[in-house]
Amino acid sequence: MTNAPSTQATDPAASAGPSTLVMSETAVELEAELELQAAAVQHTTNIPSSDGIEIGPRRRMRAARVDDQFNILGAAAAGLAIAVLLFGWFGPLSGYVGFVIVAFIAFIGFYALLVSLKSDWQEVKDRVMSVVLSSAGVLLFGALVFVVAYTLVRGQEALPHLNFFTDSMELAGPLDGLELGGIVHAILGTLMQITMALIVTVPLGILTALFLNEVGGKFARFVRTISDAMTALPSIVAGLFVYSAIIVLITHQRSGFAASMAITVMMLPIVIRASDIVLRLVAGNLREAAYALGSTRWRTVWHVVLPTARPGLATAVILGTARGIGETSPVLLTSGVTAVVNLNPFEGPMISLPLQVFDFVKSPEPNMIARGFGAAAVLILLVLALFAIARLIGGKGPGDLSRAQQQRVVAASGRDLKRITVAADRRFQLEAELAASPDSSSPTVPPLDPRTKETSS
Amino acid sequence: MPISSLVSPPLGDSPLGDAFGTEPADVDPSSPDSRPRRSLVSRPSISDSVFRSVAFSAGTITVLIMLAVGVFLSLRAGDALGVAGFNFLFEQDWSPETKKFGIASVLFGTITIAVIAMCVAVPLALGTALLISEVAQGRLKSTLVTLVDLMAAVPSVVFGLWGVFFLQANVIPVATWISTYFGWIPFFSVTDATGQALTEASAFTSSAFIAGIVVGLMVVPTQTSVMREAFSQAPIGEREAAFALGSTRWGMITSVVLPFGRGGIIGGTMLGLGRALGETIAVYMIISPIFTINWEVLKTGTNSVSALIALRYGESSSFGLSALMAAGLVLFLITLVINFTASSIVARSRSGAESD
Repeated sequence: MTNAPSTQATDPAASAGPSTLVMSETAVELEAELELQAAAVQHTTNIPSSDGIEIGPRRRMRAARVDDQFNILGAAAAGLAIAVLLFGWFGPLSGYVGFVIVAFIAFIGFYALLVSLKSDWQEVKDRVMSVVLSSAGVLLFGALVFVVAYTLVRGQEALPHLNFFTDSMELAGPLDGLELGGIVHAILGTLMQITMALIVTVPLGILTALFLNEVGGKFARFVRTISDAMTALPSIVAGLFVYSAIIVLITHQRSGFAASMAITVMMLPIVIRASDIVLRLVAGNLREAAYALGSTRWRTVWHVVLPTARPGLATAVILGTARGIGETSPVLLTSGVTAVVNLNPFEGPMISLPLQVFDFVKSPEPNMIARGFGAAAVLILLVLALFAIARLIGGKGPGDLSRAQQQRVVAASGRDLKRITVAADRRFQLEAELAASPDSSSPTVPPLDPRTKETSS
Repeated sequence: MPISSLVSPPLGDSPLGDAFGTEPADVDPSSPDSRPRRSLVSRPSISDSVFRSVAFSAGTITVLIMLAVGVFLSLRAGDALGVAGFNFLFEQDWSPETKKFGIASVLFGTITIAVIAMCVAVPLALGTALLISEVAQGRLKSTLVTLVDLMAAVPSVVFGLWGVFFLQANVIPVATWISTYFGWIPFFSVTDATGQALTEASAFTSSAFIAGIVVGLMVVPTQTSVMREAFSQAPIGEREAAFALGSTRWGMITSVVLPFGRGGIIGGTMLGLGRALGETIAVYMIISPIFTINWEVLKTGTNSVSALIALRYGESSSFGLSALMAAGLVLFLITLVINFTASSIVARSRSGAESD
């Protein structure tokens, strides 16, 4: 606070200086301006200097107050108590789901009551809705975690058996124990089908996305509309389509190839859509810089757009793969169920993991159901692994580099700068020498000598 | 285009020479006609035209695949539709062998399951989308977005497993309770053929209600991501104005975010509806198929178009297959219409960007 007056005194003078110069065309205006200045000096906003004043940690605006926390805890306890009372003493209600629903409704009611003791109606609404929104999130993500965890836990019965990963179901009947038979045929089938699907999907999907973004035009908008519509194509319809187009017309038998084509139809729009978004995020000034340097459209795409978007494109492909791996019904229609390893994609049924799960749990035998959960656990772990890889690669936007990458880029461009300037200087020197040598006797002073020093230092 | 590319090279060369100042005397504004006008049409390089045509053909192939889906289904469905005619939409039974088949019951089942799924999914998706876009901040926000994406990637067969082996047993008491106390609403009553109310658990298994809950959980991620995106585009100025006028956060949401995101809510709901109508394997695992219209959604037995196809494709003759193709075609057209409508609603609600 000690030097606050000095800032107050100097600030208006400094800021008024240029404005008086501009405004002082006539004497009247000058006078008015001076009056205004005088007024400004008197009523100017006093901004105290922050020197010597300790600034504490930033205040958290959204932090819950103590009585809010008590309100939540109290309401939760009361809701639980009501539910226990209703379910334990008065008999018409039973079941866990009903218990949770009753407890939640009672909790919301008590919470509203507690908040309304201290606040007005608007605030009660705000608090209650915040709790409701949060519980929607908790419910959804709880369901997600529960679905995944339930499968993994029930899969533990089959997973510890090593033969589960090395055998097929060729010699194992429904009544055999878990020591016999496995899902290697389904794992191999899934891998082959998804590989074949990726061979078609990746080039086609990324090229279509490039068409949407880099070529553009009326037809590109139409393609975008169509590929958006394809994302909602029911998987069973994709299966029917491949059945009628490929199996009936060309191959005349169910095969892994047909299944992979059906998976392609399902994956393609996902890959197109995700790549389209990623390519659109590539900064326009990068493209413009490439065009300004005289590169052609193709060179811009190959050297600027695709490298920038590479992590995002990888994510798009992996997300599409995760979806494609889980498709069941197209494989059911186009490839069918088998119990043996089939490595020929063009002949005979080739089962995939989700279809194997579906086939296992149709049986009433507990061992088969355990196998079904085991296969589902393998499938989920596969999807989770793909998802983790996708996040690892593409967690960042295009052109968003890590620290090490940034340093590398800076070093590389420094080297480029040196190379370019040194080469240019050398050429300039040579030209200067050539120009100077016939008529001048002192060619040792090149015209660009200081610049060389500057860039090399 | 070919004419200009033929003409342009000789024209393109000379002004370039001017620009470098080799013949400055010639560039005289008073005599513009002394030399031919410079063409501004650039000649694409070979790599460019190759890239352009390859990209164009990739786009064309994508469109052709989609068209082929419709064309092949229509061709194959022609036989059956020719026999059944308009009755295809109103016949409940499904026996192509006796030429008596239609999709009234399966379509009804599909729609009931989808409607129940919407009742489960829309509140959840709306709440989660608002939670992510308005309440959560920083790390939590990005984690939740990732979780929603992950949920979209969980295979439907896993949801089906969960629905059959866990949810079914645990939701039956709720279904029994609803039918006992709200049985006076026609949808919720569970009666046998004589109109007697049923209460034993076996009457409540494999119902449209259970299938609807599972399908609802499966479509939540789609809806959430569309809605969240729409909400996050609500203009910051209006938000701050609402806060500056003393509104609470919920007040700001109702007065700014929800009106601006209305298109996203409707579009997201419809996109999810399209998904729910087409869901096959989870529904097939849960329901016990019947071929009559069942208004009692809590009672055992329902059907859906996709489950019908998965159920009957193996045992079908070629005419039976044609009938299944016809059912698939109807499903395809319905989802297509819903999806196009949804896309246009979402696109119109956005400012500027065409999609996403």
